[in-house]
Amino acid sequence: MRIVPLIISATATTALIVVLNMQLPVGSGKTPRLGYFLSPQQGFWQNAEPADVSFDKNISIKGINANADVYFDDRLVPHIYANNDTDAYFIQGYLHAKFRLWQMEFQTSVAAGRLSEIIGEDGLKTDKYFRRLGMVYGAEQSLKALEANPETKAATDAYTNGVNAYIGSLKENELPFEFKLLDYKPELWSNLKTALFLKFMSFDLTGQGDDDLWMTNTRNYLGYDTFKKLFPERPDSLDPIIPKGTGFDKPSIAVKTPANADSVYFHKNEQGITATPPIIPNKNNGSNNWAVSGAKTKSGKPILCSDPHLGLNLPSLWYEMQITTPTHNTYGASFPGAPAIIIGFTDSIAWGVTNAGRDVKDFYDIKFKDTTMQEYWFNNEWKKAEFRTETIRIKNKRDDIETIAMTVFGPVMYDHSYKSRNEDGRYYAVRWTAHDPSNELFTFYKLNRAKNYGDYVQAILPYQCPGQNFVFASVSGDIAIRQQGKFVAKWKHQGDFVQPGTDSSYMWQGFIPANENPQMENPLRSFVSSANQMAVDSTYPYYLGRSGNFPVYRGFLINRKLASMDNITPEDMQRMQTDNYNVVAEFTRPFLIKYLDETKLNSDEKKYLDLLKTWNLRNDIQEKGSTVYKVFWDSCYKQTYSDEYGKSKLPLYWPEQVTFVEALLKDSSYAFADDINTTDKKETWKDVVLTAFQKACKTLQKASSENKLEWGVFKDTYVNHLLKIPALSRLHLPIGGGAEMINATTANHGPSWRMVVHLTDKVQAFAVYPGGQSGNPGSKYYDTFIDSWVEGRYYSVLFLKKQEAESNSRIKWHFSFVKA
Amino acid sequence: MKFITAIILTALLSFAFGLFAALPWWSFAITSFVIATAIHQKPGKAFLAAFIAVFLLWAILTFIIDNANQHLLSVKVATILPLGGSSFTLIFLTAFIGGLVAGLAALTGSYLRKH
Repeated sequence: MRIVPLIISATATTALIVVLNMQLPVGSGKTPRLGYFLSPQQGFWQNAEPADVSFDKNISIKGINANADVYFDDRLVPHIYANNDTDAYFIQGYLHAKFRLWQMEFQTSVAAGRLSEIIGEDGLKTDKYFRRLGMVYGAEQSLKALEANPETKAATDAYTNGVNAYIGSLKENELPFEFKLLDYKPELWSNLKTALFLKFMSFDLTGQGDDDLWMTNTRNYLGYDTFKKLFPERPDSLDPIIPKGTGFDKPSIAVKTPANADSVYFHKNEQGITATPPIIPNKNNGSNNWAVSGAKTKSGKPILCSDPHLGLNLPSLWYEMQITTPTHNTYGASFPGAPAIIIGFTDSIAWGVTNAGRDVKDFYDIKFKDTTMQEYWFNNEWKKAEFRTETIRIKNKRDDIETIAMTVFGPVMYDHSYKSRNEDGRYYAVRWTAHDPSNELFTFYKLNRAKNYGDYVQAILPYQCPGQNFVFASVSGDIAIRQQGKFVAKWKHQGDFVQPGTDSSYMWQGFIPANENPQMENPLRSFVSSANQMAVDSTYPYYLGRSGNFPVYRGFLINRKLASMDNITPEDMQRMQTDNYNVVAEFTRPFLIKYLDETKLNSDEKKYLDLLKTWNLRNDIQEKGSTVYKVFWDSCYKQTYSDEYGKSKLPLYWPEQVTFVEALLKDSSYAFADDINTTDKKETWKDVVLTAFQKACKTLQKASSENKLEWGVFKDTYVNHLLKIPALSRLHLPIGGGAEMINATTANHGPSWRMVVHLTDKVQAFAVYPGGQSGNPGSKYYDTFIDSWVEGRYYSVLFLKKQEAESNSRIKWHFSFVKA
Repeated sequence: MKFITAIILTALLSFAFGLFAALPWWSFAITSFVIATAIHQKPGKAFLAAFIAVFLLWAILTFIIDNANQHLLSVKVATILPLGGSSFTLIFLTAFIGGLVAGLAALTGSYLRKH
């Protein structure tokens, strides 16, 4: 034995293994454990799925009541055939986990404020925000409601068991790729995780974060009078979901504006209440849906369309599937993380959703006796606060403990330990309908089984949050739309700003009864539609929330198109969903050109003006005029308002696009066209437009020199991996559209599930989503549908009876679930 | 002859132990060490035999996986790591790391046994 070399080589071997078994710091992140990650039999190589993989499998499993079959078609869409509903949901959970486990685990970790457990301290900011907002609290409340209902409890229990059956069968080498990359392991699933997932959707779809705080800043900064001019009540161009002049019944709740609102709520001038939320849901979170009745279609049968616009991510938010049991036969998009189909159709009806955009989240200014937050002033006395403790575990660091005071309004989100940005020492409690017990799953569960209009109404009436416009069509020929949610009966402008939290007069006074929500069945015009616009005209007896929450133009265009169409086919509807026509440009271009003094432009600038003038008003990928318009328009907007906003260091809301459009079209001597920084001159639209165009030309020249003048290249759409890793994302996608177009595809946001359902006796449907059925970046099915989605192509979906599935040529694989 | 036998046995045992997903990824270090003590060679040769064995094993395994996968995942991982998106470099790195660990373990085994 040679002792010295032995020791040296033994040490070297051990050291090498130890280093390869560690996550090494690189920049702000960490490497995977390289030895493990690269190991061919355990690491990421095991996730490299053969391109010709067969998914056929016999699965002997405990937890199902009878044998069941799943047939996968050539797009890897599963068609579940089970003998009873609980088995179907068990299998749905199993399949979600098999194909999307990492995303389910990750998304619910984010919702639960547990990101720091996975990625370390970098996640703390996000975690604090969600904990303090009361996401876990809200999910716990919803879970109680979900489990109090025997049907949703049974479905969710079965779903959870299915997910866990898969997790239990998972071998170390089969762990999804991202677990290996980040070096952690999945937990068992629970019903709470399902509730958390649904709560995250409520968060994403109920308002632009803490907009009350921003609006309060904006009012304080601008002064009340200027504020009122920049944030008008209701745009003239609005074409509401329920046509103007429909008329409404007398409200059952008479809402009282607090007597002192003018002085203590609207405040003519008060210094900066401010807080900055670290996370703000995308303002474009919205959607289109519509249905046309048989009177307008070639077949004489209704067609229903739905395309929810959400952040574009891989793995996709949606998982496509069919569920067939003796009680129902349903197809559509499901949420990995929850049982049932969320948007889809049965053999009798179809439904789709868009966001209602109503304000159901308000902030209250709380006065505590001292910084211990033990007591707060409410209705002329000191009231004891309760406390909720949230422990945030941080990978490789000490826990962070959040102690959150609970008031009659809700959790105190901002306090001295979680300060608002101006460190004003104030305490803000949040009241949010998502904190109330609610059972959204019940609605989807029932819609999955609906046969007719009556079933649809019964299914959606109990639905609470996030408020949605549920569009409906049936094989029997009915079409309908209803805006449903638990909406607050508010006095005008209640909750636009932070409200006083010292007495009960500012609390919510009630909720609007569901039968008083906007709704419409089989209207004379033979179509119903929604695109997140304000649902009703000014005769509706309740306040909907500030008008900035409701985009105007997509809805306007959809209604204009549908009104003029006849003999509609599903192909027409596909073309309409992917339409890139820019109606805002149709309105504004003549005015921009009218106000622009051409004689003051140089030859290069004139070239861009020509592009604008000859543009066909479509935001198709090859259009250069579209880019010129966009840059010019943004420049005009900035030129008009930046003098008013320029000096604020606080986050403020700028006027809505529609406010600017209407000013340009209708107010030739718009007061805000004047640059308040120049005292010797009063600028007009002409000055704004000329300066804005010259500035825009500089941007355009730069874009042109980089070959980025064509709209598709300029917009540069991408579908991001949830971890924002470029190599796992799809970048530079050549797709047209934009925020105000029906094809509402912006850089990282857009139609996340396009569906067209033709309600013929045997229901026909067409669908596509920007993702793929497999969540595994090593699978060829990871991003299969993206190219079709980009090109505006649809898949004709297979909606099959079991006997048909067994023999259909597009069915490729079979899972046989055998009761163990 | 010993050299070839060592290579074959080292590769074989590495592969066999690798099939047990519950074992740590470095189980092949133990098997390489054991074989180097059982089939005694000079330290240099022991290192080389184990290095070649696991290098080739891992190169072949990953090459087969990567081809069946049409390089989909290897290109992504070789971009993340970052290796310029080259599947070949990633396969080489994988094989080299495996070879090095095995080689060092075998070297230790060789020193442990007296001449």
